[in-house]
Amino acid sequence: MADALLRIEGLTKRFGGVVASDNVTLDVTAGELHAIIGPNGAGKTTLICQLAGEIAPNTGRIHFGGRDITALPVYARSALGLARSFQITSLFPDFTALDNVALAVQAHAGHSFEFWHDARRDPALRDPARASLERVGLAARADVMVSNLSHGEHRQLELAMALATKPRMLLLDEPMAGLGPEESIRVVKLLRELKSDLTILLIEHDMEAVFALADRISVLVYGRVIATGEPAAIRANAEVRQAYLGEQEAVTVPGAGHG
Amino acid sequence: MIDWRNLSADWLDARKLASNPPNLRNAFVIALLAILALLPIYSALTGNYFLVTLFTRILILALAAVSLNLIMGFGGMVSFGHAAYLGIGGYVVGILAKEGINSGFVQWPLALIVSGLFALGVGALCLRTRGVYFIMITLAFAQMVYYVAIGLDRYGGDDGLTINKRSQFIDAVNLSNKTVFYYVCFALLLAVVYLVWRLVNSRFGLVIQGARSNDRRMRAIGFPTFRYKLVCFVIAGVLCGLSGVLLANHTSFISPAMMQWTRSGDLIVMAVLGGMGSVFGPVVGAVAFLLLEEVLSSVTEYSGIILGPMLLGVVLFARGGIDGILKDHSRG
Repeated sequence: MADALLRIEGLTKRFGGVVASDNVTLDVTAGELHAIIGPNGAGKTTLICQLAGEIAPNTGRIHFGGRDITALPVYARSALGLARSFQITSLFPDFTALDNVALAVQAHAGHSFEFWHDARRDPALRDPARASLERVGLAARADVMVSNLSHGEHRQLELAMALATKPRMLLLDEPMAGLGPEESIRVVKLLRELKSDLTILLIEHDMEAVFALADRISVLVYGRVIATGEPAAIRANAEVRQAYLGEQEAVTVPGAGHG
Repeated sequence: MIDWRNLSADWLDARKLASNPPNLRNAFVIALLAILALLPIYSALTGNYFLVTLFTRILILALAAVSLNLIMGFGGMVSFGHAAYLGIGGYVVGILAKEGINSGFVQWPLALIVSGLFALGVGALCLRTRGVYFIMITLAFAQMVYYVAIGLDRYGGDDGLTINKRSQFIDAVNLSNKTVFYYVCFALLLAVVYLVWRLVNSRFGLVIQGARSNDRRMRAIGFPTFRYKLVCFVIAGVLCGLSGVLLANHTSFISPAMMQWTRSGDLIVMAVLGGMGSVFGPVVGAVAFLLLEEVLSSVTEYSGIILGPMLLGVVLFARGGIDGILKDHSRG
């Protein structure tokens, strides 16, 4: 594929005897929402961490926007437009929601060796941050301390922060983890809106959401990509059904039983 | 919980002082500043010059505590070797004086530069570690400087070195005059508090506080946190070096004891006691700690018996220190 925004080639990561990523090769096309599914322990988060730069792979290369980023540190990848959210909420608990997002804006507004002016009164940081909060539906909670927000609001804030870095691509690690049904619906709606502007790599356990949103799906089992394709093809893939979907299809895969 | 966001903004915010009815916390700060400003006048009237000497020392160590709190309270970098900068600042002044260079225009900038360079070297190594390791490595570097000072035979070695002349500036600023020197220290402390207060609320300050709160996330959203923390570490080192310059001038004496590790511990205690969450807290802590030490040492040889449990009480029951207690009462 010529216009792959993110290209993963032969990525392998071992932790002792455990192979968390086993020769993973994957393309994410610009503009698509690519979901990665797989059972627990399949190496999904490890893969995201390697893409974000927190874990160095043993072998393999990662290209982003035509550039080899395999050796770049985390902050440099963020500067190139690769933003991630965390599976386990990772925020600044002793700041307000708006402060959190404003920091994300600040990270991409030039260097921060500015020692004098009150950053909390800087419209260049606060305005985009507010806009980002609005986009995820948190505007009303802007001035609430993060430690006082609900879990669902934390997830929304995670997204707002990722968006505030003006990314070209989002790496979303289970954005719906632990959300109630209503909150999940809101996030799905939001992701559908974001899809039109951004390339998204989504890790998610909520199969209903994945099949509703994804343009393509890759299935990861024991660190290996066993299938990549459009949702319908994945649903019909015998190996996938055996390895992963089979055990849950009656409950979580809409329509799978009739296929 | 400490309300980090408002802590720094509340103190010294002139607009707030003007618009809000004075609360206990602000009243306390204003009262303390007024006492500090008028102290030399009081001691001149009463003839009690010891007070000026005592409070000059308090102001100088308060400045050191403020500088420590910049990295510790706001940056989450608990340095257990901060007294090294007191020593470095002091030794630069002392060594130059011994070699016949008494000009403050040479001594002071050089002392700050050396302090900054030392912080740069130490920080570049220490900031690659975290938690207990960070504490231990900063301590190790401070001990290194301590033993280097002991080895400086030409400059008194273990016994230290008397400085014959305080730093020379223009005639109008004669540091040998106790009152003038007191006000120089007072002005510098106020300037440093103001500077640090601006700094912690600036873009730079928010990066530092963000890194304390969640360094991993800071890097994920695109901050190369290491270089910001390093610059912050250097700034704190330079400010503490200034404190060392003042201390050497104050006592007209330098010795390795200036940077004994217990001194580093004292500075941490001052910051914790006063309140790590605000810029001004360590000043309150320094005044409280050093006054208590002074009073208790006239009563008993073992002032630690009383100071220790007090600190324990603050850590257990008032996490925000004296500042936190005042703020709670201001809210209620």
